[in-house]
Amino acid sequence: MLHQVLFIVFGAICVAGAINLVAQRHPINSALSLVVVMGSLALIYLLLGAEFVAAVQVIVYAGAIMVLFVFVIMLLNAGAEERTQGSRIAVLIGGPGVAVLTGVIVWTVMRNSQQFGGVLIGSMVEQGQDNTHGIANLLFKDFLLPFEVTSVLILIAIMGAVVLAARKESV
Amino acid sequence: MLDNNYFIRYLPLLIQVGVGIALAAVMVTLSHLLGKHKWTPAKNSPYECGITPTGDAQGRFSVKFYMVAMLFILFDVEAVFLYPWAVIARKLGMFGFWEMLVYIGLVLVGFFYIWKKGMIDWNKPERNEA
Amino acid sequence: MDTQTFLIAAIIKIALVAFLLLTGVAYTTWLERKIIGRIQNRWGPTRVGPFGLLQPLADGIKFILKEDMVPDNVHKGLYILAPMLALSMALISIAVIPFGETITVNGTQTALQITGVPQPGQPHPGDINIGLLIILGVTSIGVYGIALAGWSSNSKYALLGSLRASAQMISYELALGLSLVGVLILAGSFSLRAIVDSQAGAWFWHIPRWYIFPQLIAFFVYLMAAYAETNRIPFDLPEAETELVAGYHTEYSAMKFAMFFMAEYLNMITVSCIATLLFFGGWHGPLFGPPLLQSLLPVFWFAAKIFVFMFVYIWIRGTLPRFRYDQLMAFGWKFLLPLAIANIIVTSFIVAVWGHS
Repeated sequence: MLHQVLFIVFGAICVAGAINLVAQRHPINSALSLVVVMGSLALIYLLLGAEFVAAVQVIVYAGAIMVLFVFVIMLLNAGAEERTQGSRIAVLIGGPGVAVLTGVIVWTVMRNSQQFGGVLIGSMVEQGQDNTHGIANLLFKDFLLPFEVTSVLILIAIMGAVVLAARKESV
Repeated sequence: MLDNNYFIRYLPLLIQVGVGIALAAVMVTLSHLLGKHKWTPAKNSPYECGITPTGDAQGRFSVKFYMVAMLFILFDVEAVFLYPWAVIARKLGMFGFWEMLVYIGLVLVGFFYIWKKGMIDWNKPERNEA
Repeated sequence: MDTQTFLIAAIIKIALVAFLLLTGVAYTTWLERKIIGRIQNRWGPTRVGPFGLLQPLADGIKFILKEDMVPDNVHKGLYILAPMLALSMALISIAVIPFGETITVNGTQTALQITGVPQPGQPHPGDINIGLLIILGVTSIGVYGIALAGWSSNSKYALLGSLRASAQMISYELALGLSLVGVLILAGSFSLRAIVDSQAGAWFWHIPRWYIFPQLIAFFVYLMAAYAETNRIPFDLPEAETELVAGYHTEYSAMKFAMFFMAEYLNMITVSCIATLLFFGGWHGPLFGPPLLQSLLPVFWFAAKIFVFMFVYIWIRGTLPRFRYDQLMAFGWKFLLPLAIANIIVTSFIVAVWGHS
């Protein structure tokens, strides 16, 4: 019972944050809404029992990636967007499009809910077992190669960052 | 029963979050209500050592700050992978040591690359005047 | 023990801890002024109450009664949000910190930790599995308070201060996070309680099994990074008075100004708690005397260790000059970060060779 209530509350915060993200006109407000979305997602992970993933969601997404976003907005001195008239086609197609898309997703989920099975909230925690150890065992034994490849990915990203930031020197 | 209920031990944390936010809100509100408000244009202008402020405060800033934030993400991701490895490092033994050495080694290559490129030197002039 | 009792106990603990913590913050400022005063051959506060002991109270009243200014052209919502964010994030971390085993009041057993759950029939109470990660996460969110404060203030000094502060905090967060990995390898858990329990007992005869001994380098890196995270001397570039007036809180007044200070001191306490838990055996210390004393001594040891750390904080403030900004960044990236990584490699090698326990 409590779990359902909390799930609905966190879910509502998440969706409200996402809508606010699109609706706000100043980029810094949008960025902060995204932080709220990330935070409530972490809480939903926590509800499901994915403790480690929840913590990492906060550390990496809310604490690192969004800091970069906020930095960029601060550094570029980006102001509020200007309101345009908007194209008529976007209004005509966008509204019904969203409704149809939502309808299709809800319909599919409802129809196949038997196959998905219900996820019991908190059920991912094995009794007495710290699920960080579970993740670690999977990551460092079964999925060792993908894990090692991540380091190559980070290396490439570092080089990419350097190339992007240092470009103006050659010009 | 308490032992079977996983999420119950996080509830105090949620309450603490609520208390933290409430306390901060109360302080701001109380200060707003109790403090006096006598605003004059000179008092309300941004502080610039007593002279009239010149220009806009929000200029553009060095790309180095942006660079630091980008590198921070990358190394933060590396650190996040180290945490789950650390808790089972004892069980993994020598195998765990080698797999992490390869991982850290590759990231360290990137680290020395940015070091050589001067990306973490704050003394380096920002652009070559040519 | 049912859920209701547990939650009521939790709320009582939260209220008590919040009260003690805020009092602790108030008296840390008093202690700081006293010690700095003595270091500089002055008296520090002496007028309000005996030894100036009521000074924090007077300061508090003054802060709340002062004019609450909002300068022109600030981004008003964020200007108010920033100090709230800084303070509430600083308050949250304390919830996961254990300060003792269990205590029995009126027949109800409760853990000496806000998020701790007593387990009937077992000596140690249960703890959340990711205590340390929660603190790291909350710390990383704390950056926003400072970044937004400077940005929303519409002041050049504030913006420069907040840019410096946030760049410095994220840089040192890396060294901070990596310095903890060595302890994690030895303890094998993120649960703060498990980390403390693995430090119980003694090596040889009387050397306590604290992680400070095998992880001296990690402790050094942690301490340096933690000082930088809390923006304290010698890393207080963001509020360097000589060049930036007051840094990111230049435009703040009254309670909003005080909230940044409270957040800074709360973070100092949290950092000291983590140092105590991870490197100095938490609440472990010699136990003696009657049962009541024995159940209270751990809390005393924990508080005493934190006090030592707070004293060192103040001592360093009275002793060291400030870094230059390029030195600060170089120290973080080129010295602490490689040192932390080297410590991880050496520790994991030693554990892999000899550590099958």
